[in-house]
Amino acid sequence: MAAAKERAANRRGGDDSLAGHRPARRRASGRTLGRLAASLLALAVAVIWVFPVYWMVNSAFLPNTKLSASTPTFLPFGGSLTNFKLVLSQGNFMAALRLSLVITLITVAATLLFAFLAALAISRYHFKGRKSFVLAVLFIQMLPAEGLFLAQYSMIRDMGLLNKVLGVSLIYIAAVVPFTVWMLRGFVAGIPADLEEAAMVDGLSRTKAFFRITFPLLAPGLVASGVYAFLQAWNEFTIALVLLQGQSKTLPLWLRGFIQQSSQHEIDWGQVMAASTLVAVPVIVFFMLVQGRMTSGLVAGAVKG
Amino acid sequence: MATKTPDPAPPTWPSEQGGEASVVVISSLPDAAPGPTFKGPGSVGSGQVKPRPVKRRRWRWTPYFLITPAVAILLLALAYPVGWQFVTSFKEFGLSQQFGQPAEFAGLDNYIAIVTNSSTWMVVVRSVVFCLVNAFLTVAVGTGLASLMMALPKAVRLILQVALLLAWAMPVVAVMTVWNWLFDWNHGTINWLAVRLGADSYYHHNWLENPLSFYAVATIIVVWMSVPFVAFSLYAGLTQVSGEVLEAAQIDGANWWQRFWRIVLPIVRPVLMIVLLLQIIWDLRVFTQIRMLQDRGSFASQTDLLGTYIYREGVGANHFGMAAAMSVFVLLITLVAAWPYVRSLMKEEAI
Repeated sequence: MAAAKERAANRRGGDDSLAGHRPARRRASGRTLGRLAASLLALAVAVIWVFPVYWMVNSAFLPNTKLSASTPTFLPFGGSLTNFKLVLSQGNFMAALRLSLVITLITVAATLLFAFLAALAISRYHFKGRKSFVLAVLFIQMLPAEGLFLAQYSMIRDMGLLNKVLGVSLIYIAAVVPFTVWMLRGFVAGIPADLEEAAMVDGLSRTKAFFRITFPLLAPGLVASGVYAFLQAWNEFTIALVLLQGQSKTLPLWLRGFIQQSSQHEIDWGQVMAASTLVAVPVIVFFMLVQGRMTSGLVAGAVKG
Repeated sequence: MATKTPDPAPPTWPSEQGGEASVVVISSLPDAAPGPTFKGPGSVGSGQVKPRPVKRRRWRWTPYFLITPAVAILLLALAYPVGWQFVTSFKEFGLSQQFGQPAEFAGLDNYIAIVTNSSTWMVVVRSVVFCLVNAFLTVAVGTGLASLMMALPKAVRLILQVALLLAWAMPVVAVMTVWNWLFDWNHGTINWLAVRLGADSYYHHNWLENPLSFYAVATIIVVWMSVPFVAFSLYAGLTQVSGEVLEAAQIDGANWWQRFWRIVLPIVRPVLMIVLLLQIIWDLRVFTQIRMLQDRGSFASQTDLLGTYIYREGVGANHFGMAAAMSVFVLLITLVAAWPYVRSLMKEEAI
């Protein structure tokens, strides 16, 4: 995971046309004391950053008697799966999971298709309006849902799609497509068109050349973009809150319900943390798989300077 | 589909050459030897030049077909709402509109109201201040951690990076439940720690009651979740700084500050600027964090930022005009802040 990051950094380093400079390597210059201090500081920082994540998982396994004790329990010894069982037996978890899955799958599939076609257009063709299209994509990618949800709410309401899968998916697709186009464009451009040409010279048809040669090379790009779209749709909160006001809830809305509904009486933090863990773990796994790509996409321009 | 087919003007064959490297790959094709090298199957033989234009005309509209679905959905779900919002921000929504009367145009009334009404103006001011404080704090901490990473042995650096990645990967809603739990007035770990460190008054302290302390908590959360991105981006930037050059400068007598100011900073500055811009854009739109802290019983009217205000006024109370004017404000700031970022991306890709 971090190794992937490292690789990404090195790759960028390798791309750099400035000079074939490798990442700066510190000479061990006898300043071991400084290094030791830096290491200790880094470990302290690491603990601060990892603690909330750890605390979520830790609390998820502990019974409420331990969570409400005057001294926190720092290790989940004597813990159990009770909280998870209680959360899963609630029934509305399954409904939320299903809704989230459906919306996310629609978003991922539609986004990949639309973005792939558009990426093909801007990286393989030179057409009038291409530059404006790219500029529009880059700008749209910056538009905040928080500045738009009001209008989207009103539009979806007028279309009669409030509380419907289609309404939410529509907005999600539009929100994810721009960055995905930008991301895939890099992948498509990275595959030499010569390759396809060569296959065609050797007798493959255009379509066959594309599916046999280009498409397999593009697979990593499609996977990375797909995971990006997945994460966006899976985690989204604002639009879901605005467009789903009835009983149907996506996982983030369902999770929020835990701390919201119980604001009157004591919150069952063990269950809240178990629910949070259930929502977070798949996301963390997927995120680790693609984050190198995503970061380099966001600041690639700047890093290469 | 890969040929360097379509130029807008089909018959001018050589203009393709001047297609100014739209994408490096394309221009690297052997344009100079047009005809024979590759034509579609079946075009071998007779006319060397003739088959090409036919093919080109056939594919001329392809890129437009390819972008149609993307353009269609962006127009429907983004462009139309932006237009609606702009128009609505000039309309008056009152009680009669709740009963189905069409809203009337009211000129700049909504915008004037934002500036003159002290409670809405406070929302704007609070949001801008919150955004700037958070963005600068995030970039400062992120830069610090990136520099720290440079000085670490590999194993420790890996540990730090994994910790940051875990925090980064957390879905925002889960982040909020966890931090709500940590800051819980009753059994929260933060209060326990404060008491252990000797601050007895923090026993059963409610952090979310007082707006200032509410924003402090929000800031901690936002910074915690945003720092990893900044740290990784800047670390990637810092690895571009050549060790040899730094060493040479040191030998030539440059002190630590001079090396940083004259060598490191110029190289990292583009990343730094981009990251700062992105943070400003992202922190202006904080919604989930504020909303889910309010869930624990703070007064929304005292703790609203732009996003939650638009939500309560627009979606909650149907005051569309005011809320739309606020939204337009958010969009405008975003566009202004996004301009340098977009320009740098365009420049980089030489589009």
